Formats: sequence, C-alpha cells, structure tokens
Amino acid sequence: MKYVDTNQVQKKMTSRLLTNRIAKTLFLLATLFGLLVLVVLIYRVVAQSLGWIDFDFLNNRLSTNAERAGIKGAIMGTLWLMLVVAPVTLILGVGTAIYLEEYAKKGRLQAFIQMNISNLAGVPSIVFGILGLTIFVRGLNLGAVVLAGGFTMALLVLPVVVVASQEAIRAVPQFLREASYGMGATKWQTIKNVVLPAALPGILTGVILALSRAIGETAPLVVIGIPAFIIPLPDGLLDKFTVMPLQIYYWTIDSALVDEYANLAAATIVVLLLVLFIMNSIAVLIRNKFQRRF
Amino acid sequence: MVVSTYSENKIAEESSDHMSVKKESKKSLAYQTKDLNLWYGTDHALKNINLDINEREVTAIIGPSGCGKSTFIKTLNRMVELIPVVKISGDILYRERSILDKSYKVEDLRTNVGMVFQKPNPFPKSIYENIAYGPKIHGIRNKKVLDEIVEKSLRGAAIWDEVKDRLNENAYGLSGGQQQRLCIARCLAIEPDVILMDEPTSALDPISTLKVEQLVQELKKEYSIIIVTHNMQQAARISDKTAFFLNGEVVEFDDTNKIFSTPSDQRTEDYITGRFG
Repeated sequence: MKYVDTNQVQKKMTSRLLTNRIAKTLFLLATLFGLLVLVVLIYRVVAQSLGWIDFDFLNNRLSTNAERAGIKGAIMGTLWLMLVVAPVTLILGVGTAIYLEEYAKKGRLQAFIQMNISNLAGVPSIVFGILGLTIFVRGLNLGAVVLAGGFTMALLVLPVVVVASQEAIRAVPQFLREASYGMGATKWQTIKNVVLPAALPGILTGVILALSRAIGETAPLVVIGIPAFIIPLPDGLLDKFTVMPLQIYYWTIDSALVDEYANLAAATIVVLLLVLFIMNSIAVLIRNKFQRRF
Repeated sequence: MVVSTYSENKIAEESSDHMSVKKESKKSLAYQTKDLNLWYGTDHALKNINLDINEREVTAIIGPSGCGKSTFIKTLNRMVELIPVVKISGDILYRERSILDKSYKVEDLRTNVGMVFQKPNPFPKSIYENIAYGPKIHGIRNKKVLDEIVEKSLRGAAIWDEVKDRLNENAYGLSGGQQQRLCIARCLAIEPDVILMDEPTSALDPISTLKVEQLVQELKKEYSIIIVTHNMQQAARISDKTAFFLNGEVVEFDDTNKIFSTPSDQRTEDYITGRFG
C-alpha cells in the first residue's frame, strides 16, 4: 500500500498552487511599496528643485536672499569633513580589524571587544554627537570646526569600517596565509603581502559605504554646534564649516519664514543624493571588478 | 647565492650513491622526534612518536584518514601552531637542535624547511611574483638575482619550459598540476634543506601525479623529503623509508621495501593489503 494517495494529492493541488501565488503576490507588493515611496519622494524633490539647480547654486555662497543663495560652502564643508573622516577611519578601522583578525588571541577579551564594536554600530548617532561635543569641541577646546566634526563622524562610522574590514580579511582563504608562513614569512609580511591585497576590495567597499553614511549624517553635527548660517568658506582643518545635510535641515526649518527656502532644500537634497549615488556606484564597481578569484 | 651547475649536481649525485653503498651509515639525521605527543584540546592526536628521519631520502608517511599523519608533518615546521588549542610534549630535533625550544624562531625553521600543501595554493599574483615571494621576504631585492632564482626554481620543479614565456601571467591561469609544481618551485626558491609534502598529489590527475612523483625522485638528490600520502602505491614507488601511522601512533617504521614485502606488524599488513583504510 502506498502512503502518498494520488487522489488526495490531486485534490489538494489547486489550493496549494493558489496559496503559492498569493504568497508571491504579497511579497511582490511589499517590494513595490518601498519602491513606490522612493519614486514618489524622488519625483517630489526633483520637481521642486527644478530651476533652482544651476552653476550659480553650486558656486554661490550662502545668502539670506533665496535667489542668490548657493551651497558652495556646504559642498566645501563636506569635502573638508571627508578629508578628515577618510584617513582616520581607514587607519583606525583597518588597523583594528587587522589586530582583531590576525593578531589577537581568540579569547574572552577578543570576544568582549568584538561584542562592543557590534554594539557601537548600533549606538544612535546623536550620542556620538554628544561624545564629540564633550571630547573634541569642549575637552580639546577645538570649537565647532572641521577637525572636531571629522573626528566625531569618524568615530560614528568606525564600527562599520571595522566590521566590513574584518569580514574582508576573514574571507581571505587560510591556505594563502599558510603558503606565506610556510616560507618563513612573519605575520606582518603575510598581512602586508598576502592578506591585505586580497582583502583590499572588500575593505574599500566598506570604507566608501561608511563615508557615504558620514556624508548624510546630520544629528551629531547639530549637537556639536555647527552654526545655522555661515558665509565664509572653510579653508583649513580649524575653520568653521557646514555640510549639505545640515543646510537641508536649516532651510527646511526656515521655509516657514521664506517659502523659497524649501526649494533650496530640495535642490540640495538632489545634489546630496547624486553624490551618494556616485559613491555607492563606485563601491559596487570595485566589488564587481575584484570579485573573489579564489 | 648558490647557482648549482651541472657538475655540482653530478658530484652530489655521485656522493649520495657512494653513501648508499655504505649502508647509509654516513647519512646524518634531518629530523629526530623523541616521545612526541600532541593534543588538540583533549583529543590525543599524536602518541609517543619516535622517528629518525634521514637527510636526502624520501620518507613516506602512510595511514588511514585521521591517523595523525598530516598533524605530524605540520608539527615538523610548527605549522600546527596556527591552531590555537594545540599542546605538544616531547621533543623534535631538526639538525640536532630542538625546534620546540623558545629561542628557535619559527620563521628561521620554515626558511630551512619548506612545505608543499595538499591543495595547490599559489598566490593570486603572477608566476614570477609567486616564486620571488620567498626570496623577497628574506630581503633579496636585486632584480638580477631574483630573475636567476625564479629560473632556477622553475627548472628545479620541471615547469620552466611550460611557463617561461608567461612569467607575468597570473598563476591562477595554470592547470592544477602546473599550480602544484609551481608551489614546489616556490618552495625551492627559499633554498630549503627539507621539503615537507602534505598529500601533494591528492588533488591532481594521474599524469600530473606522475610528473610530481618523478620530480620528487629528482629532488631527493639535494633535499630531504617527507611526504604524507594516501596512496600506498605512491609510497612504494617513491620512498626510501615508510612510516605507518594508526590512531596517532607509529605502528611500523622501516625501509619501504621491507614494509611493503614483509611487514612485521599484522596491522601494517592488513592496511597495505587493503583490508582496512
């Protein structure tokens, strides 16, 4: 006697297939919902910014006059900020990842550090702002300058870089390390010549994604006291500055006073989104170009 | 830098022949293990291993999976220490010096004792860079010297003619058998004294296997070779001495001829006649 009854199977077939189709539709709708919201958002922003983005907008300094206001200061501020965030996160983040993956003995201390790095990645950004305010702005008495903002942002995205670099380093196959050790190479020679070259694409991808997060962050910079209105362009690490997301924030608030400010905010959003889009594309390109060859 | 010439090779060959006539009594020991025990955590993987391994011979390590033969060979260049829970007791003498001694630098040991792994593991670099890697980490920067080492090593591993026109191509473009001979060449480039081979042909096709075996016969004129193999015919074909490992112990260690014709232990006979394993 067969346990699987053919009649029974036939009878259930229709309803099983129907359930499958319902499931598929549900999941498709869930996906489409997110996409739809994104499309509406982008459409709104782009429509509102039309006519406001031109060379003058990118090249003019900030002004209370909406017609003459530009975001050169915010763009320069973002660039200066990245000039601090990129090297600091690269050195500290990759250094930490190398230590934890290659040098640290796998034990309680390592597990403890690891757990805290994961926790750090979940700490709200405003808390990092308060940290930056306490240590860099007031403690070191730097004021709300590029260096203080950059250090704060670097701390904020550091866990992302550490975790991404750790994953990239861990993905380097053990047999490559063994080949190097087997010839009498020291740990550092192995890391420098074998592990890092193989892990570099993954590390760079992580760094770029971290930088694009730093470019979009607002809250920590509000907390460390970046002014709402600043006309001079930053010219060094110890200059006061503003960045694009902050500019968006203040123009949005002030649009209650001057309607055109909302258009300026929309225009800045488009510029910021373009920058982020380009950065993420570079990350994807690097990842695809150096896809695992092992 | 020793660039061996034909005549030097010839002399080495003759002197080794000469030695074998004298019942090998003049050969000094490359390795000696004394009551070697090894644990992975609580797992007792090697039990009281006492082996004397001659220089300029091929010593084969055979035995079923999990008998500790790979562990043993990795202990000889302390590669086994990459696994954190390993504990070792007893002693291992390399050229009469204890390698377990704190003052013995593992980097130093591995410069004298090269290793070829189970799976070909070239670096994702050019063929040239793969060979030059070892000399470079030991401080050789002179391009001319490096060129010479690369050619000599590739010739030594019988792969020069196949790759001489594509030295700058990525090593991953080579076939598995070529990759393994490249790895042997890479090992020769540090001019080792001993070469450890951990099942070097297990991932290769029969023709590539044959080439590696012929190569081993050539290499033993200048190097001491310790080879782990799953393949008993291979051990019989290429080795001078054979050690049979079982459950972490050496059951029998003797001339290969003796092991494969008149083994003194019943378990050895059962294994080599294919009754288990």
